[in-house]
Amino acid sequence: MIEVQHLTKRYGSKLALDDLSFQVKEGEILGLLGPNGAGKSTTMNIVTGYLSATNGQVRIDGLDILEEPKKAKSKIGYLPEQPPLYPDMTVEEYLRFVWELKGAKGNREEKLGEICAQVMIDDVTGRLIKNLSKGYKQRVGLAQALVGDPSVLILDEPTVGLDPKQITEIRDLIRGLAKRHTVVFSSHILTEVQAVCDRIVVISGGKKVADDTPAGLAASMSAGRQLDLLAEGDPQQVVELLSAIDGMASVERLEEKEPGVFA
Amino acid sequence: MLAIYKRELKGYFTTPIGFIYLAAFFAICGFYWFAGSLLYGSSDLSLLFSTLFTISAFLAPLLTMRLLTEEKRNKTDQLLLTSPVSLTGLVVGKFLSALTVYTIGIFITAVYQFVMSFFGEVQWSTYWGNLLGLFLLGAAVLSIGMFLSSLTENQVIAAVGGFGVALLLLLIDSLGSSVGVTWLQELTMDISFYQQYADFPLGLVNIPSVIFFLSVVFLFNFLTIRVLEKRRWG
Repeated sequence: MIEVQHLTKRYGSKLALDDLSFQVKEGEILGLLGPNGAGKSTTMNIVTGYLSATNGQVRIDGLDILEEPKKAKSKIGYLPEQPPLYPDMTVEEYLRFVWELKGAKGNREEKLGEICAQVMIDDVTGRLIKNLSKGYKQRVGLAQALVGDPSVLILDEPTVGLDPKQITEIRDLIRGLAKRHTVVFSSHILTEVQAVCDRIVVISGGKKVADDTPAGLAASMSAGRQLDLLAEGDPQQVVELLSAIDGMASVERLEEKEPGVFA
Repeated sequence: MLAIYKRELKGYFTTPIGFIYLAAFFAICGFYWFAGSLLYGSSDLSLLFSTLFTISAFLAPLLTMRLLTEEKRNKTDQLLLTSPVSLTGLVVGKFLSALTVYTIGIFITAVYQFVMSFFGEVQWSTYWGNLLGLFLLGAAVLSIGMFLSSLTENQVIAAVGGFGVALLLLLIDSLGSSVGVTWLQELTMDISFYQQYADFPLGLVNIPSVIFFLSVVFLFNFLTIRVLEKRRWG
């Protein structure tokens, strides 16, 4: 559904993305995980066509985002890091505007009503966006992404600023959305990504450092675990005993911490 | 494009900008109508129209200052630029919304003309020529204002920049004539909005002037599109 190939993005001399490639299959939930400044938002901005990559290619459902931007963009719903809201509009006006902007088809009021119910904002539709709390703004932003029933949803840290109850609600919602949409969502919280995603791409410093299922990722991380321990007794014997344990890669004696106690 | 046009137009009147602009414009027009025509019992609006040259140039940046600055500040440009809308549609929609408010403003003169037609003889053909000139001038100044608003995130900078450009366009021919270089004088005369506008209040529709203003509109709409395009690659 989404193909990202060899993306490179330079801001002046700073390399924000370095040869990043990944693919997302239809109906899959992909988590982009990485620390702040790793390039998650930049990746999403490029995939949605807001920014252009210095190098590389993005295809949405086989359509190149630069060559056929209109067709490709109409398949994407995007919730940026900061929801793109007009403070002087009411929620209802805003969603109608987005509806027209995206040239969505179908019964407008009915569809918008469904979306509002889905993200639980039907009680604030008549209020001005600037008067809403952060959690509600975030959900209006999510509603905006859902307008027009896009086949791909790109959500940039959708749970930031929400309270724990809302976070679980949004997670459930995202999981529900995956039945009809392909979802890419970013976070810097591992547990969140593990809870929601089918597959995780870990980015650090603009590079892909892992691409695996949550279970696979957990396994590969635990494979490299290292234990430092103190043992009392004959060092030679302790090393021999430890080496005999199943799955032990190597045992090393470091130093004598106290008389008769070794690290 | 239509969605953006409608939203912007509504935006002028959900914020006070549209009202303040129209109030100021109507007040000034009213004054010059009274001082230039009514006071002398004349039905000639040429004083009003020649004054409106300056007034329009100075008030128009109020209409354009927030067109693109606010989008960047609210990050709503991320919505617009990732929607299946072309940059041209986006820019032209915004431009037309500002032009609509401006046109509502200048149509107050039609009311004056209409009122005066009950009390004396008025020349409608001259009037339409005048109005066309004012419309073209406004369109040109608005397109420049929109271009400036695409360059900054700050409304004040966009507005003050607009005033600066308007002032320059007012003064450029006198600046040019004070320089003793012939080709420079000719050049400044040619690009001076004042010179291009001068014939309209006399009731003359000068085709080269019409083309001049339309070219300015086209050029600055185009440049605004390029600025947005460039930001993507930045």
